[in-house]
Amino acid sequence: MEDTGTTVVGERVRRPDAPDKVKGTALYIDDLALSGSLWGAVLRSPHAHARITRLDVARARTIPGVRAVLTARDIPGRNLIPMIQSDWPVLAAEFVRHVGEAVALVAAESRDLAAEALRTIAVEYERLPALLDMEEALRAGEVMAHWKVRRGDVQSALGRGDLVVVEGTYRTPYQEHAYIEPNGMIGVPDGRGGVIVYGSMQCPFYVQKAVASALGCDLARARVVQTVTGGGFGGKEDAPSAPGAQVALLAHATGRPVRLILSREEDMAVMSKRHPGRVRMRTAATRDGELVAVEVDYLLDGGAYATLSPVVLFRGTVHACGPYRIPNARVESRVVRTHKVPCGAFRGFGEPQVVFACESQMDRLAERLGMDPLMLRLKNALGEGDETITGHKLTSSVGFRDVLDRVAASSDWSRKRAEYARDAGPVRRGIGLAACYYGVGLGALGKHLNPAGASLVVAGDGSVTVAVGTTEIGQGMITVLSQIAAEALGCPVELVHVVEPDTSRVPDSGPTVASRTTVMSGNAIRDAAAKIRAAMEPVIADSGLSWREAVALCAQKQVGLAAHGWAVPPAITFDLETGQGEAYMYYTFSANVVEVEVDTETGETRALAVHSGHDTGKVINPTTGEGQVEGGVVQGLGYALVEEHALKDGRILNDQFSTYIIPTPLDVPEIRPILVEHPYAWGPYGAKGLGETPVIAVAPAVTAAIHHAAGIRLDEIPATPERVWAALQAKNAGPTASRP
Amino acid sequence: MNDRSNRRGGLLEKARIRLRVNGEEREVLAPVHHTLLEVLREELGLPGTKHGCELGECGTCTVLVGGQPVLSCLTLPVECEGREVTTVEGLAAGGALHPLQQAFAELGSAQCGYCIPGFLLSAAALLRERPSPTRQEIAEATAGNLCRCTGYLKILEAIELAAARMRSRMENASD
Ligand code: FES
Ligand code: FES
Repeated sequence: MEDTGTTVVGERVRRPDAPDKVKGTALYIDDLALSGSLWGAVLRSPHAHARITRLDVARARTIPGVRAVLTARDIPGRNLIPMIQSDWPVLAAEFVRHVGEAVALVAAESRDLAAEALRTIAVEYERLPALLDMEEALRAGEVMAHWKVRRGDVQSALGRGDLVVVEGTYRTPYQEHAYIEPNGMIGVPDGRGGVIVYGSMQCPFYVQKAVASALGCDLARARVVQTVTGGGFGGKEDAPSAPGAQVALLAHATGRPVRLILSREEDMAVMSKRHPGRVRMRTAATRDGELVAVEVDYLLDGGAYATLSPVVLFRGTVHACGPYRIPNARVESRVVRTHKVPCGAFRGFGEPQVVFACESQMDRLAERLGMDPLMLRLKNALGEGDETITGHKLTSSVGFRDVLDRVAASSDWSRKRAEYARDAGPVRRGIGLAACYYGVGLGALGKHLNPAGASLVVAGDGSVTVAVGTTEIGQGMITVLSQIAAEALGCPVELVHVVEPDTSRVPDSGPTVASRTTVMSGNAIRDAAAKIRAAMEPVIADSGLSWREAVALCAQKQVGLAAHGWAVPPAITFDLETGQGEAYMYYTFSANVVEVEVDTETGETRALAVHSGHDTGKVINPTTGEGQVEGGVVQGLGYALVEEHALKDGRILNDQFSTYIIPTPLDVPEIRPILVEHPYAWGPYGAKGLGETPVIAVAPAVTAAIHHAAGIRLDEIPATPERVWAALQAKNAGPTASRP
Repeated sequence: MNDRSNRRGGLLEKARIRLRVNGEEREVLAPVHHTLLEVLREELGLPGTKHGCELGECGTCTVLVGGQPVLSCLTLPVECEGREVTTVEGLAAGGALHPLQQAFAELGSAQCGYCIPGFLLSAAALLRERPSPTRQEIAEATAGNLCRCTGYLKILEAIELAAARMRSRMENASD
C-alpha cells in the first residue's frame, strides 16, 4: 500500500462539533428562537386519491392572530418542486394523490391558533379509486422510470442445460429514516422580495431551487442555510424541499419569520421512506461455482411523485448482480407510481432491496452446489482488471477479496460454520455472509450535479474559515474536512473552522448524498488550499516558519490568503439503452458476516455479532469511520429484523416510535468495523467514501445466518418472530425437514 | 394536525410556575397545559432538552427530577414543584464538563447529537445509583433512549469510560 505520508489525515481527530453537542448548546432548527416568529402548519389530505371539490379559506383568514392562509392559488411562482420529473406540487391544486399531501398552509401567532385555523378551513373531496399495490400499478402502466442492463446473452446461457440455476422472488418493506430530530424549517423575509430559509436538511441547493421556484424569484434571493441537523440518512435529501418551499411562501406572504416544525406523526406520515421492493432473480453457475448468467426483474413502489425515484432505481439496477464477474446479465427495472407517500432517498439508495435478493440467491446457490458461501464469493469476486455487469473495467482500488478475507478471519468463519451447525437445542446459532459494492458519487444519471465547491479564507491569526456546499448531518463531515484542509494547507487542525453551509458562500455543490462528501468537498478544499499555498510559497520561501508566522508574514507583505476551490470528477460515459458503460466513477466494496441465535420455539432471532468490512480507500478519521459502520449496521439490523410500515387505504398506521420499532441499546450485538484501505487515486489522500455501504448488505447476511441456524429461507424481510415461526412450521410440515 | 398542538403557544389560561432548575429558582408564567419540555424550552430558554416525538417514545427529552430520569414531554411542571430539575445545561459543574460529557466527546459518541442530552441524563442517573454498572445494566438504563446514528456502541462505551473515571476519582478522593 502506498504511504501517503500524511500527518493529520488518518488520525483520530476529535469532532469539533462534539463540545456543543454534549453541552446541549448546539442549536437545531427548533432551538433558534427568532423573535416574533409565527407558527406554520399544513392542512393535509386524509385521502389517498381524491378531487378537491371545495376549498374555502375565507373563515380561517378572519381569525384574529392568523396571519396567512395559503392555497395553490396563492403561489406567486411555480407550483412544482424542481426535481427530476417536476411532478410534485408544493400544494395540491385540483387532486390529492396521497394521504398527507399538503393542501393549504397557515401561519399564526401561536401553535394553537395555527391548529385552529387548519380546523376552520372548509375542504371537500370527491374520492377517487386509488392504486395502492405496486404490481397493480405496473399492470396499469404507471411506470415512472425503466432502466436496463444488457450484457452477453442470458437466454442462450440459461438454455445450456449444464448449469445449476436457482431462482426466487424477494420482498422488502418500507423503511423509515427515523432521524430523531423531525423535519423543520424557518423562513425569514430578506426585505427585498426573497426569503432566507434555515433548516434541518442535507441538500441546501435542492431547497434553494424549490424556494426560488415557488416564490418566482432569483436563486440569489432564495438563500438557504443549513442548521445543525439531527440526522438525515437520505430522509432530509429530497423531502425537505417541500417544507422549505412552504415556509418560504408563508414568510413571503406575512413578511414575518415563520417556523414550520413537523410533529413525529406528521413526519412519519408524509416524509419520504425507503421504497418497498420486489425482485425476481435467476442465477446460473457451473457445477464448480462459476457464475455464468443472472437475470433480474426489479420493481419499486415510488409512491405518488417521482422525487428521486428514477435515480434510486438506477443505482439498484446497475448493482443488481453484486460485486461479481458475470459474463451474461440482463436487468429489467421499473419504479411505479401509486397513490401513497412518495418514497425517496435513503442510505443505500435502491441497493438494499436488490442486494437482499442477489445475496440471498448467492446463499441458495452455494447450498445447491454444496459449496461454502464464502468460497463461492471468493471464486467470483471482482478484482482489478475485471468488468462489472455494465462493462465498466475496474483498473484500480478493488479491495473486495481483501474485505472477504478480513471478515472471514475476524469471525473465524470456517470454524463457526461447522460448530454452529452442530447446535441441537431449541435455540440455535447460525452464521451468514453477504456482500455488496457501491458506486460512489452521483453516477451516470446525476453527473451534472457532481461538481463541488469550497471557499477558504485565512484570517490574520492563522485561523481558517472553510465553507463548503455539502452538509454535516452527524456523519462527521466537519471533522473529516477539517483534517483534509489542515493537511492540504499545512496548518494545525485546531485552526480550521468549517462553517454552516450557506448557498450564498459557495457555488451549487450538489447534494450531500451517495457517500460523495469526503471526495468531492475534500477535493474542492484541496484545490483552494493549493491556490493559497501557491500564494504563500514565494513569500515564505524555505524559511522554516510556523504556520502562524507564515500567515503573519504574508499579511505584512500584503498577500491575501483566500481562494475558491472547485472539484470536477473525471468524465464517465454510459449508454442508457444497453445499460453499458461507467455507471459510477469508482466503487467501494463491503461484506458482512452476521452471527445470530434463533429460538426455534418462538421464532425470535437475536443478532450476536456483526463483522463488517469495507474497502473505502484511505480512512481520513478511523473514529468517524467506525461510527458510520456501527450506525449503518444497526440500521441494517432494524431493516432485517423489525422495521416495516403497515398501511390501510394508503394511510400509514404505525406513525410513532411505539408502533414503528427501531433498535434500542438492548438490541445491539458486538460489531467489529473492519476498514480496508485500497487507495483511490483521484480521492483526497486516496479516500473513497463510506456513508452508505454499512447498511446495504446486512439483511441478507442475517437471513443467511437464520438459514444456517434453523434451515429456513426467508424471501421477505423483516425476519420478525411471526415470519420465522411460520417458516419453521412450514418446514416441519414439509417433506425435507433437515438441517442444512 | 394532532390535538397536542393545542399545547403550544396559546392564548389560553396561564399559570405562575415556580421551579428549581439546575440549581436556580425560576418563576415563569406559562399556559397551564404546557409540559415541562415546553416550559424548559420555550419559557425558560433552555433548548438543550430536545423533542423527538412528544409522545414519550424516544427519550430525547429526558431530564432529571429529584435525581430520577423523567420524560419531560409527559411531565407537567406542577409535578416538579419543590424538586430539583436537572437538564443537560446543568450537567457541567462550574464550566467543567461532566465526566460523561467528556467521555462522549472523546469517543465520538455524538454524531448528529440530537439524542445525546437524553442519554447523558439517563446515564447520570444510573451512575449515581450504580457506580460500576455492567454493559447490560447500562443498556437497560438507556433502553428508552433512541439513537439512529451511532448504533449505540460508542455511547455505551463512553458511559463505561465515564463510570471508570468517576470511580477512580472517588477512590483518589477517599485516599
Ligand atoms: S420527546 Fe419525550 S419521549 Fe420523545
Ligand atoms: S447521535 Fe444522532 S440520534 Fe443519536
